Amino acid sequence: MTRDTEVLVLGGGSTGCGIARDLAMRGVDVTLVERGNLTGGTTGRMHGLLHSGGRYAVSDQASATECIEENKILRDIAGHCVEMTGGLFVQRPEDSDEYFQEKLEGCRECGIPAEVLSARESREVEPYLATDIKRSIKVPDGAIDPFRLCVANAIDAQNHGARIETHAKVIDLLRDGDDIYGVKVKHDSGPGKRTHNTAGSTEEITAEYVVNATGAWAGQIGAMADLDVEVRPSKGVMTIMNVRQVDTVVNRCRPKGDADIIVPHETTAILGTTDEEVEDPDDYPEEQWEVDHMIDTLKELVPILEEARTIRSFWGVRPLYEPPGTGTTDPTDITRDFFLLDHDDRDGVDGMASIVGGKFTTYRAMAEDITDHVCEKLGVDARCVTAEEPLPGSEDMSILNEGMDNFGLRSPVARRSKQRLGSRAQDVLDTNECNPVICQCEGVTRAEIRDAIDQSGSDLNAVRIRTRASMGNCQGGFCCHNMANELSHEYDEETVRAALDELFQERWKGERHALWGEQLSQAMLNYALHATTMNRDNDPANGSKAVDFGAFDGGRVKARTDGGE
Amino acid sequence: MAIEDDVLVIGGGLAGVTAALAAADEGTQVRLVTYKQSTLRHASGLIDVLGYTPDGEGPIVDPFDELEELPEGHPYERVGVDAVRDALEFFDDVVGDAYAGGHTDDNALVPTHGGTVKPTARYPSATAAGVASAPEDTLLVGFETLPDFEAPLAAAHLEAAGAPFEARGVTITFPGIKRDDAKVTRYAHLLDWDESVDGTTGARDALAAAVSDHLEDESRVGFPAVLGDDHPEEVRADLEDALGVEVFEVPMGPPSLPGMRLEDVLYSALEEKGVRVTSGVPVVDYETNGDPGRIDQVIVDRNGADVPHHADQYILATGGLVGKGVSSEREGVFEPLFDCYVPHAADRYDWFVDDVFGDQPYARFGVVPDTELRPLDEDDEPEFSNLRAVGGVLGGYDYAAEKSGGGVSLSTGYVAGKRAAKQVGE
Repeated sequence: MTRDTEVLVLGGGSTGCGIARDLAMRGVDVTLVERGNLTGGTTGRMHGLLHSGGRYAVSDQASATECIEENKILRDIAGHCVEMTGGLFVQRPEDSDEYFQEKLEGCRECGIPAEVLSARESREVEPYLATDIKRSIKVPDGAIDPFRLCVANAIDAQNHGARIETHAKVIDLLRDGDDIYGVKVKHDSGPGKRTHNTAGSTEEITAEYVVNATGAWAGQIGAMADLDVEVRPSKGVMTIMNVRQVDTVVNRCRPKGDADIIVPHETTAILGTTDEEVEDPDDYPEEQWEVDHMIDTLKELVPILEEARTIRSFWGVRPLYEPPGTGTTDPTDITRDFFLLDHDDRDGVDGMASIVGGKFTTYRAMAEDITDHVCEKLGVDARCVTAEEPLPGSEDMSILNEGMDNFGLRSPVARRSKQRLGSRAQDVLDTNECNPVICQCEGVTRAEIRDAIDQSGSDLNAVRIRTRASMGNCQGGFCCHNMANELSHEYDEETVRAALDELFQERWKGERHALWGEQLSQAMLNYALHATTMNRDNDPANGSKAVDFGAFDGGRVKARTDGGE
Repeated sequence: MAIEDDVLVIGGGLAGVTAALAAADEGTQVRLVTYKQSTLRHASGLIDVLGYTPDGEGPIVDPFDELEELPEGHPYERVGVDAVRDALEFFDDVVGDAYAGGHTDDNALVPTHGGTVKPTARYPSATAAGVASAPEDTLLVGFETLPDFEAPLAAAHLEAAGAPFEARGVTITFPGIKRDDAKVTRYAHLLDWDESVDGTTGARDALAAAVSDHLEDESRVGFPAVLGDDHPEEVRADLEDALGVEVFEVPMGPPSLPGMRLEDVLYSALEEKGVRVTSGVPVVDYETNGDPGRIDQVIVDRNGADVPHHADQYILATGGLVGKGVSSEREGVFEPLFDCYVPHAADRYDWFVDDVFGDQPYARFGVVPDTELRPLDEDDEPEFSNLRAVGGVLGGYDYAAEKSGGGVSLSTGYVAGKRAAKQVGE
């Protein structure tokens, strides 16, 4: 029986995209389906930390070792997604000396460069650290953009022949006896790039092998074929600050606990996090205490956080897993290692494996292991090259060097655009068309927005994750509408309107958790711009009832500038 | 020694200026103190009175039909319908030819840069030819360097909204704009001074020439609101002569030239009426003298020096959340200057609803006035006998949803100014 594709990957997060890239580069025909946007699950909802491994240097040395190895690889293959900020494990007076020592030794045992800094030296690195801190350990933590990394994997998979279908929700697994041979998906629109207000279709996609890389949702997929995948979703909050209060990753040096990390990320700093098991990865409470807890605990490390402005908070759901019978009650004790569940070995059902657990920094190594497994199943003999071949955008990082072309842009905009686009900068920014700035907060130009639209269709959230447009201080109040305007060259007015409404509502979702002080003022301004000036809340175009235009003031007769009546 | 006036207005937006003008009209000595740039430059320059009821019914044709029905506590209910009418007349006198719409009580439906229409009571004369309630075919012109207004999209949106005319949009290059990120004021100045764009042709002729190729049988042409800052009438007249059709402006987001022009008109009026204006300085504190229910003087921070300002009557016109006349912390919402009572839920997660355009409690944050517009404390007693509050700092209404911001500022400013003046020396 011929199949539509050799391997079908479910899930467009870092794991799924990493697997799709690896398979495609090994010459395997692969199709990836994702129910929403790429990164829409857990990948797009993490704190953007590129682990040095220091975090696991005491509790899980195997993970720590893998982290530092992958950390180095990602700097090479995804330089345009990484900012090597360095990291500190900061000890406060009440934190244990013994643990500090264990952390230091653990780092050294795992090959993680680690150096002890005195309180004074620590504050030279990070002036806003609390004055009463004791000392710190300096490690090579970094910041990484999960959106760009994941999208770059997907683009590279496509460049190697893969089919990537976003907004394609799996509604059934196709199972014939003890063999899973594909899925049925519902396309939101299409198939193909998403276009709002376009009818979708259902499609059966058959495959030699199915890889369930849906993370926290893996249990739901498994259940479609009566397979138990005991994933234990655990939520964590992340709170985004308006500026980088720190330029280094700041970790609290204590065994475990919530609210113990600050990651500088692009123009912001991200506070994290909590760890609480939830029943349903799509429906869990996002609570005030979690946000307050971030600020009130992390201000012990960086006191200015108390008065600082947060621009939004978001929650992610970890796809934690532990083998049946382990019986861990506290989710913070569940291993961060990943598990490959071969349903043939495990359940006697052939044709599918599920991936659960794992963490973002080691996504590539996970993908390599899983791809090895799939290749073995398919009898494919090809070597993994994902650790050596740079991702699109990181082929030639000389573009970031000083003195290079600014493409007619003002220098801050040019610098930030080039950092985002890496080696694609020339292709995207070197245009004869005029190229105004669309998002002022993040310095995103029309050319970059249109490049993202070319990739992703009418979905402005997909444009957002590719470009950072609407992710700055104004949270889209000033630029959502301009982003939508850029869609109008390819899409009709109704589509543009639907896309704008969706983006604006998504921005509000996270902003709700930051509604006090400056950001409440910002929220009111955004509301006023969109409701008062643009009347988007009561747009007659959305109304069911036609407006009788003739009943309204038709203006003065011949309202010419001579004032004639 | 303290600076002495009869009436001191704190805040220089539409409400504060109106209050100052109304008080000065009564022959009192008025001072207006402003700190930051007013939020007028964020505003479209349209003067809304009431476009939708608090229940979301609308668009309303005649706001005066609905004003009587507003719930107790709404600023319009506090001042009464007649005051709204008087305040609009007062505004019409102050702005003269710069604004239109005063010939009728009815709202006009005006196209804005978002593409759809909004109901409004007064509009700049520059916008008058463009009202969507007039069934005239329309050409909208956008500029490729101005991403805030996409003319073909806006035209399609007007049709989707049911506008009773054919609308078409074109995007052109603005003659003389060299930088892709030129500010709107750059466009305006090119036209104001009719700068030469190629050594011989002036900007106005060059723009008209660029548009005329696209003009078919439309009887009016709409541009984003960049048609001059200092000489908008001349610019528009020249364009109309060159094109042979009516020309209008589509109100835009910030920075908004119509908002800045309104600011200029209002500040000229303050000067004419002898209002003393002190700008760039914050009021940081107030003092009472014996009677805790009466403000004796306020303290202005002038470059670090505390300068007492004394008046008989005070008007609080510091704006809402945007203007920072209402502030908040994680634990609560407050009026930062006089600590007037601002009702709000104890739990900040009750300050909002999940639908971005839903019935947002935060949009109604502000002080609670009595019918004299004196802010009330938690027990419904006036906080001070000689303090009135106007405009955005007032609570109990959602100006964005109702499209009522301009009218509330005018009517409460007008009433507070008149009453404060009358009370001087009592």
